[in-house]
Amino acid sequence: MTGLPWLSVLVFLPVAGALLLALLPAQRPLLVKQAAAVITLLDLLLAGMLWTAFDASSTAIQFVHQAPWVPPLKITYYLGVDGLSLPLVLLTALLGFLAVLVSWNINHRVKLYFALLLVLQTGVLGVFTALDFVLFFLFWEVELLPMYLLIAIWGSPPPLGRREYSAMKFLIYTILGSAFMLVGLLALYFSTGTFNLVDMARADLRNTAVPATLIFWLIFFAFAVKLPVFPFHTWLPDAHTDAPTAVSVILAGVLLKMGGYGMLRICVSLFPQVAYTWAPTLALLAVVNVLYGALVTLRQGDLKRLIAYSSVSHMGYVLLGIAALGEVGLTGAVLQMVTHGTITGLLFALVGLVYDKTHTRQIPELGGLAHRMPFIATVFMIAGLASLGLPTMSGFASEFLVFVGTFPVFGWYTLLGASGIVLTAGYILWMLERSFFRGPLARFDHVGDATLLERVPLVVLVATIMIVGLWPRAVTDVIRAGLQPILSRLG
Amino acid sequence: MTTEQIVWSIFFSPLAAFLLICFVLRPAGAHGLAGLATIVGVAGALGASVVTFLNVLAVPGHELPLADYPWLTIGDLRLHLGLAVDSLTSVMLLVVTSVSLLVQVYSLGYMAGDTGYSRYYAYMALFTTSMLGLVLADNLLQLYVFWELVGLCSYLLIGFWFHRPAAAAAAKKAFVVTRFGDLGFLLALLALASVAGTLTINELFTEHKVAALVGASFLGVTALTWVALGLFAGAAGKSAQFPLHVWLPDAMEGPTPVSALIHAATMVAAGVYLVGRMLPLFQHAPAAMAVVASTGAVTALMAATMGLVATDIKRVMAYSTVSQLGYMMLALGLGGYVAAFFHLMNHAFFKALLFLGAGSVSHTTGTFDMRYMGGLRRAMPVTFWTVLLASLSLAGIPPLSGFWSKDEILATALAASPGLFWLAMATVLLTAFYVFRMLLLTFTGEYRGGGAAEAAANGDAAQGADAHGHGGVRLHESPSVMALPLVMLAAPAVLSGLVNLPTIPALDDFLMSRTVRETLEAHHVAFNPLLAAFSTGMALLGIALAWLVYGVKALRADSLGSALGGLPYRMLYHKYGLDFLYEKVLVGSLLYTVVCGLFAALDRYVVDGLVNGAGQLTRGLGRGLRRVETGQVQAYGLAIFLGVVVITAVAIVRG
Repeated sequence: MTGLPWLSVLVFLPVAGALLLALLPAQRPLLVKQAAAVITLLDLLLAGMLWTAFDASSTAIQFVHQAPWVPPLKITYYLGVDGLSLPLVLLTALLGFLAVLVSWNINHRVKLYFALLLVLQTGVLGVFTALDFVLFFLFWEVELLPMYLLIAIWGSPPPLGRREYSAMKFLIYTILGSAFMLVGLLALYFSTGTFNLVDMARADLRNTAVPATLIFWLIFFAFAVKLPVFPFHTWLPDAHTDAPTAVSVILAGVLLKMGGYGMLRICVSLFPQVAYTWAPTLALLAVVNVLYGALVTLRQGDLKRLIAYSSVSHMGYVLLGIAALGEVGLTGAVLQMVTHGTITGLLFALVGLVYDKTHTRQIPELGGLAHRMPFIATVFMIAGLASLGLPTMSGFASEFLVFVGTFPVFGWYTLLGASGIVLTAGYILWMLERSFFRGPLARFDHVGDATLLERVPLVVLVATIMIVGLWPRAVTDVIRAGLQPILSRLG
Repeated sequence: MTTEQIVWSIFFSPLAAFLLICFVLRPAGAHGLAGLATIVGVAGALGASVVTFLNVLAVPGHELPLADYPWLTIGDLRLHLGLAVDSLTSVMLLVVTSVSLLVQVYSLGYMAGDTGYSRYYAYMALFTTSMLGLVLADNLLQLYVFWELVGLCSYLLIGFWFHRPAAAAAAKKAFVVTRFGDLGFLLALLALASVAGTLTINELFTEHKVAALVGASFLGVTALTWVALGLFAGAAGKSAQFPLHVWLPDAMEGPTPVSALIHAATMVAAGVYLVGRMLPLFQHAPAAMAVVASTGAVTALMAATMGLVATDIKRVMAYSTVSQLGYMMLALGLGGYVAAFFHLMNHAFFKALLFLGAGSVSHTTGTFDMRYMGGLRRAMPVTFWTVLLASLSLAGIPPLSGFWSKDEILATALAASPGLFWLAMATVLLTAFYVFRMLLLTFTGEYRGGGAAEAAANGDAAQGADAHGHGGVRLHESPSVMALPLVMLAAPAVLSGLVNLPTIPALDDFLMSRTVRETLEAHHVAFNPLLAAFSTGMALLGIALAWLVYGVKALRADSLGSALGGLPYRMLYHKYGLDFLYEKVLVGSLLYTVVCGLFAALDRYVVDGLVNGAGQLTRGLGRGLRRVETGQVQAYGLAIFLGVVVITAVAIVRG
């Protein structure tokens, strides 16, 4: 693919679309939605084209778009993808499109809502493609404002939710993380004289102005908040609970992955030695995430909080795979990000549908829904089974790779982490039993199943989960290309 | 078709039926063709299995050379897809496909009119596919994949009538309890991948892989022992061995043909299959072998005792299944490879028949509770006679099939360990007793009213465990579509023992093929007429006791129950308190209330509490700052400023 700087088009198409939406008449909400759908679909197609054009046999950064930006400070505009970022780019584009479909019932300040959704997508795509640390940081911050507004304006209003509290909590947490990242960023700049992440990775960082370990942890903290890592996770359940459905889908689906991606792209790539030294700590944190998350999940009575806490648990596997610092574990970690994005994105979309139709998310108030909404119940079960790591679905492939990669390095931690699969089965199946099975309840007699439009995102995500589960090579071959430079640095 | 294509078609034939129902016939509702699709799919698999069996028989060494295909390669990890067919596989294929086919035919009658008819047959087709995939797998990862899928089908089918809370709960229980075992299986896979570097079954048996596994040790125990124990944990979950047996009795909430196929003949035998398949590894881990054998013996006896007091006919069968699977594990633990699989095969036939017979009985009476049955012998002659034959086979009366295989297991135990032998022998007595108790309560005496009487006794209009019985006003034999499979299963239930007679050990020769003999030490125990006579005597004694209590009623069941202050009875009735211990104490109180409650409170009040506390502090600070300026820019500015200060300071100091 030559000609246009396709990657820049991909990243900035949504924000350009947001400007376009601003010009549309506010009294025609359907047109706004259709425009948003077309824009995100185009973006998805573009991401798909990049995926097909990507040369997985090459470990080089591809589709590079580089230009000087602030020459005195050596800040460059530098976009590019490798096997590490491309799967996440495609995931973002996919969930971005589906999030628009999921939002079809939004009728409050439609233009602003969809514009923010599009800006958010540019921010996330930017994070995954920026290879200049300043640019990366800027995109990292770009995502904040739309997220804050989306939760605060379209979230659950009081007395059901605390949308302003949750939005603010999300904002403060991320900014706090960003502040640490910024310090680390500057420290790196003063040590290497560049903001270019590729050059930084090649630079000798053994004699930095500030101890490498400190820089590592400063930057790691920002990503740990995002992933999230215990004990910095409590913003997540609140943000999820009060966010509108589509925002939950994006939040769980791609925003958390910015944390895992950052750890790999920056912490591990730039500081392999520090990562080696601290790997046992990372593994410990990972196992705490997995088990603590799962145990707290078991107690949740709100469907959204339940899925949110299960995310904390499942993202622990990403960290566990990273801690192994080997090819299999890292592949598992990246694949886990992709599979968790689709599976949990699907689960949040489903919870949104259940809530739309029953007006409650409290599990004790639900029951017997399979009689009234067999399609939603079936897909919910498929998503739940995928989440608990049933083989032939994508979650199994990624968790298995994480375990295989970690076992020879951290046997005990793997054992503890793997025991999470029993707890996961427990909370998922118990949730399904209480929400969907048992006899039909009279108060849900007039509740309907998913409409045709509502089924589209569900079917697309189920298909993705099955394809990746049956044929993980479709993704792992790409991931391998991206991991080779990191692995060669790890030695 | 080539040999290999025929083998693959065993797997793809029922899979095609599943996909057809899912995407063409639609799984919702009751499409008449759904049953036909599954039956044709399974019949295709049976045909291909027969051909494959003949092919295996014809090949010297009894092993088909089959290709495998790379699936996923990452670094040193090379995973592939492949099938392996040797003598054991070919026998398992025949058992699975033949029982499955008869169960699918039977279900035409049993499930007729059920609103979930299509869904039922979709699940059944998926189950058969997965079970065949499990048996055909040439590597442990693939076996694990199908292991989980049969577990999924079991979950879906136990909870088939998910509107009943008991069924929904039983489905979840089955999945979660078996998952404890599966965790062991998974860890064993990880250990094998890490120490042996392969998951391909036959490669694991090579000398240097075994040496590597014996060489590595962990906590003073060889890696091989850990692997064997992990695999056995998985097997114990799947095959309902103590202490993970608790899910199987509850699994009887599923439709009865499901119990016959999945929870008696095939899936629950998968644990036995796994241990047997991996026996060339197990035999190098004597400690693990001892665990397998003693778990099997204890399970056999314990389950049989619980079967003595169950009033639900299906639960009697379920305990019996647990008990018989215990026998198989006992045999494997003592190296009785052929004995275990001989019994597995015989058990599959007679136990499937017993379950289908129980389904036939409930189909007309509308209940599974034997207290409301009785006197069905005349009304249901086909059911009665076939169930009688299966019961005699289960009890181990010569020359029926169960006798031959049970006798081999007893002989193996006698040669190896007197303690385990007596546990097994006591089980013979109990088995004969509970199975004849079941027969006598169900088929003799006066009819006690069926489902209607049960509903009246329970004081509710709701039906009992059976969701679709007719209420049993006019007793009648089941329709021929159900009766025919009973008759067809009766033949192997009686005769399948003939394939391995002491004088003509055909199965022994076939299973202990040259290739197996290379890796597995044979434990062949000679037929012992004295032992055979003794075990037959024990069985007859059990039958006689049952006759005294439930036939001529010379001994009153009530007085037996109240013996020793009723304590033994209550202990058995409450299943040794294990359900209470697991569900109420360990999961309900300890895990959910205490541990999870503690963590949830910690999360809410400490982890999040600190955050909110800090937040309030910041808010106070922010209120002050807000008077000067607005927005978040300060936060950035402050951070940048502090950052620069820190870095400059450090840089200067390090100078």
